[in-house]
Amino acid sequence: MESHRIVERTAREAYGRLLSYLTVRWRDPQDVEDALGDAFLSALEAWPKTGIPDKPEAWLLTIARRRLIDRARRVRVSAEALPTLLAMAEEAGHPSAPSGAEWPDERLAMMLLCAHPAIDPAMRTPLMLQTVLGLDAARIASAFIVKPSTMSQRLTRAKAKIRAERLTFEPADAEALPARLDSVLEAVYAAYGSGWDEAAAGSSGGSLAEEAIELGRLLLRFVPREPEVLGLLALMLHCEARRAARHDGEGNYVPLSGQDGTKWDRGLIAEAERHLHAASQAGRIGRFQLMAAIQSVHAQRLRTGRTEWDAIAQLYEGLVRMQPTLGAFVSRSAAVAEAYGADRGMALLASIPSAEVANYQPYWALAGHLYKRMHRYAEARSAYSRAIGLSADGAVRRFLTRQSDGLRMRP
Amino acid sequence: MSYTLLFYESQEDFAARTDPERQEAYLAGWTHYVHALREAGIVVFGSGLYAPETAATLKRRGGDVAVQDGPFPETKEQLGGIFVIDVPDMDAALEWAARGPVDTVEVRQNLPALK
Repeated sequence: MESHRIVERTAREAYGRLLSYLTVRWRDPQDVEDALGDAFLSALEAWPKTGIPDKPEAWLLTIARRRLIDRARRVRVSAEALPTLLAMAEEAGHPSAPSGAEWPDERLAMMLLCAHPAIDPAMRTPLMLQTVLGLDAARIASAFIVKPSTMSQRLTRAKAKIRAERLTFEPADAEALPARLDSVLEAVYAAYGSGWDEAAAGSSGGSLAEEAIELGRLLLRFVPREPEVLGLLALMLHCEARRAARHDGEGNYVPLSGQDGTKWDRGLIAEAERHLHAASQAGRIGRFQLMAAIQSVHAQRLRTGRTEWDAIAQLYEGLVRMQPTLGAFVSRSAAVAEAYGADRGMALLASIPSAEVANYQPYWALAGHLYKRMHRYAEARSAYSRAIGLSADGAVRRFLTRQSDGLRMRP
Repeated sequence: MSYTLLFYESQEDFAARTDPERQEAYLAGWTHYVHALREAGIVVFGSGLYAPETAATLKRRGGDVAVQDGPFPETKEQLGGIFVIDVPDMDAALEWAARGPVDTVEVRQNLPALK
């Protein structure tokens, strides 16, 4: 990693830690963000003159807390000051209130707070990326194809909600904790998904996929034995291992079945397999472990030279039962078609209600592929056309166009 | 809610329209996109525009009218076509913009019709 990226990552790590620590106590992410912004600004002014302090994070924390207290003093309306005063009292009474040397890493609490049921599910991932990883709203907006000013407003609203409703990271009911953790995993996976698309679109800059993996690794530090956390990380690492193989030398998209396995990252695959194995020790299966297991079967092609499609079809069978999403249904149809023939895959695909798939690109890409194998060329051309028209990725569009062009002369 | 997608094309794109070697691929890109848009049932209106050099621009300065050849403004990328679509919000409009076969798409909400 280049040095400036190390610096950037360190600064962001410090930012995420400080913001999480203060937010969990002050319950007002916007105020904390502003106070931290001031603290970083003060550091920019002071450090060149005084030198970097021994404990830069503690220095920043001290300044940020002072700002928060100043701000609270300035709030005149008592009703508005009350939550802040309560938070201060809570912090003062907190046994682990830092003296400036060490303080607990609250980033897991911050992630749980971002996944609070009162927060719009669509905003959980952006909120997490901004608070825990310190990504700016513009970058998040582009990754999710949203107008940047709209994304900023939504983030501000989500933070205002945390303050106004005094949301906390721990569910009132301890039994709700697994569900909350599951929402965190969902949000991290959404970041990976958006990064995946972004990378497919040919962006060379650091994608959100890396950020998602960073969040996954961070989660694992806090809950090292939770099988679904291990499963999610294994899933992301398996997909990440194939990044270089997804495009050929000319930038053309290469589907998984056509990928050159020698271009897969064996280090990442080995790491993914370790996590998946550790997950299986818990004896508690979940959707992320299932999705990781599917990717693991694909990776086995490196050793055996063939893909065990019937195993993959079975795993999708389980996944569809556990998580009946459109993506899972379409992928199951693809696996069944590979394992037992295009007709059976198509029968499954056709059973999905058509209103749901009108704008779902993977459905049309698979339909084109299966119709082609069934020699129903007119239907194949039409399905490919829909798929091309729904693709946001130029390389994928070109790939599908080549598939479709091969059918041109067929009746 | 109705939104207008404004598709900007480069000199290259405009040239591809009439270049026998690239014409087919260029048109195919639009054909598939229009197919997906129509099947989604959201199209209010859509049309490609002839190349910018065929344009005439009328400008009024003070009381004088001046007509000049070419588009306004003279930039590297020029408006190549528009689609008016009926979708719930800006997010959905941007999603369709991302699927378009050109690299620059501006999205704006349409004003309600004048009474």
